[in-house]
Amino acid sequence: MSAPARGDAVILDPPGPEPVGLGRFGEYGGRFVPETLIPALEELEAQFRVAWHDDDFRQEYAGLLAHYAGRPTPVTECHRLSERLGLRVLLKREDLTHTGSHKINNVLGQALLTRRMGKHRVIAETGAGQHGVATATAAALFGLDCTVFMGAVDVERQALNVWRMKLLGAEVVPVTSGSATLKDAVNDAMREWVASVQSTHYCLGSVMGPHPFPWMVRELQRVVGDEARRQCRELLDGADPQYVIACVGGGSNAMGTFAGFVDHCPDVQLIGVEAGGLGLETGHHGAAMTRGVPGVVHGMRSLFLQDEDGQVLEATSISAGLDYPGVGPEHADLGARGRARYETATDDEAVAGFQLLAETEGIVPALEPAHAIGWLAREAGRAVPTGSTVLVTLSGRGDKDAAQLMERLGEL
Amino acid sequence: MTGVADPTNAPAANTRAASEYGPLETRLRERRADGRKLLVPYVTGGLGKDWVDVVRACAAAGADAIEIGIPFSDPIMDGTTIQEASQRALDIGATPVSVIEQAAGADVDVPLAVMTYYNLVAHMGHERFCEALRAAGIAGAIIPDLPLDELRLGGYDEAARHHDVETVLLAAPTTTDERLADICASSRGFVYGVSLLGVTGERTSLADSARRMGERLKQATDRPALLGVGISTPDQAAEAAACADGVVVGSALVRRLLQSGGPDEAQSFVALLRRALDAA
Ligand SMILES: Cc1ncc(COP(=O)(O)O)c(C=O)c1O
Repeated sequence: MSAPARGDAVILDPPGPEPVGLGRFGEYGGRFVPETLIPALEELEAQFRVAWHDDDFRQEYAGLLAHYAGRPTPVTECHRLSERLGLRVLLKREDLTHTGSHKINNVLGQALLTRRMGKHRVIAETGAGQHGVATATAAALFGLDCTVFMGAVDVERQALNVWRMKLLGAEVVPVTSGSATLKDAVNDAMREWVASVQSTHYCLGSVMGPHPFPWMVRELQRVVGDEARRQCRELLDGADPQYVIACVGGGSNAMGTFAGFVDHCPDVQLIGVEAGGLGLETGHHGAAMTRGVPGVVHGMRSLFLQDEDGQVLEATSISAGLDYPGVGPEHADLGARGRARYETATDDEAVAGFQLLAETEGIVPALEPAHAIGWLAREAGRAVPTGSTVLVTLSGRGDKDAAQLMERLGEL
Repeated sequence: MTGVADPTNAPAANTRAASEYGPLETRLRERRADGRKLLVPYVTGGLGKDWVDVVRACAAAGADAIEIGIPFSDPIMDGTTIQEASQRALDIGATPVSVIEQAAGADVDVPLAVMTYYNLVAHMGHERFCEALRAAGIAGAIIPDLPLDELRLGGYDEAARHHDVETVLLAAPTTTDERLADICASSRGFVYGVSLLGVTGERTSLADSARRMGERLKQATDRPALLGVGISTPDQAAEAAACADGVVVGSALVRRLLQSGGPDEAQSFVALLRRALDAA
């Protein structure tokens, strides 16, 4: 394997709780898909359940995370940002993984499962292109064929990642239907899966879609939260942060982060930050937790932005990865139970967060986690009291967004 | 099969009164008993001002039942033709209620079934949806993203049975034999055999999997078994009907409607399908 480990071994915590019944998190979740896909989902569920308790599988997965993806990722104490905000801010550095975002954690697990199921091809949807790049990377590593569906609008704003995927040997299919963004890429990936399900695994990129994906992807991302919990306790003399914050698109980096705290640390406040777009009042945003209503789309019962008939609305966000009108079902349940809180940051606040982290810490975040930074900057001393200790998951690095931000910000 | 008796496989099935079945299944069984191959065209509801005339034209041209699509923003079982038709219908204001109400005015002597996605049903509420169909004289419903297990879990099944909405279930080439038996037993109206691995849309030839699907269904049930998805031409319809009780034809008709065809075009295409089936 190519990349060196960072020294520490990757420790996988024991498997977390399974959803109840047919993939239910409270009233959310489920498996609402065409009949054609049912056997494949049943097989995937069975295979993952066995593999996830199998020492050989776990060892191989942990080895890939260490030697290929470069885990464990550090938790960085942000001294200058902390001073600026009057908080103690810690960052979980998923931006330092191979391919530059948390998405790699999920795809390495799913690539192992693909091989285990004897399939030779993966398909994926992508918004920002990070999941597409991660999938194309794992496909190259495992010698799998790979097709990535990407909204035509996103192909435009994430040109660098399109090129990277092609370099890695993947076929990139621009999707022009609907809003030509992530929602439509999911639609087309599902349609392609209906046609190719016997040879192909759908490597879904977030904690969404039909059972078992929301559960499986959370389990494959929980290494983020489990590592962070231990690292925080080391940094904080055995204490936990008071607030744990992550951005929410479909919700995988947030769910992976929350999984490390939700049961272990009942006093830790979990906060997900969604895309506020042009502002909630404008109706142009991606805030499914905040403004969505229950519905059944993309195989799951969850919260979606919809009109009064149940037609799904287009989301709006500066960040392709948060430009999705739905959210994973476990978030819908955490929100319903009040165990996690969901807030929003606007495009402008995300851009401010992007610049703030660059200037104070020398870290350029992806636009998605820049929403979490932007929200924190706005709420420091307000919703987050001065002196609080806060962990923010920095889900990815900002290289992919440089061209877009250069256009928006102009000469600096 | 978890102890669910399959009335269609029970020895007494043949002696049951026709009224045991809803109007859709009753009609299809009668037509089949007449030695006729069944033809069910699909029309996107709300696609153009004259879409109800298209429904009437299909009836006049020899359809045995008609599927009416209630357009949804994210139709994951549909290919580009029906996606485009759905979007166009939505753009000119089609809603679930408007489609159901307008269908009520079609006044055709052919049973109707709506085809739509579960989110729209869930939003209306199971009861309201089923009541609206009954009030409109629509016999059946096809909801491709509500598979057997979810149908039973979420309460839709009870509402549909309570209001006698015949809910047609789909069987796919990937469906196991055990599930197939369960689907055939639970489906009402007919069983919809998906003829290939894929979403709706025209194909240049009938998939090899269609024959196998038809054979499996005929072996599993005596409920009317229709093949659909990808059946595009009169020849393909005849070929498919040879191994099943009939066919559903969607995209090939909808494409003609999208290309500015209206009731006349629909009538002549459905008549061609009818003739091919009758000659087979
Ligand atoms: C860096 C980064 N963060 C977050 C997201 C949003 O996804 P999720 O909510 O599943 O973590 C994306 C998606 O593309 C991403 O690239």
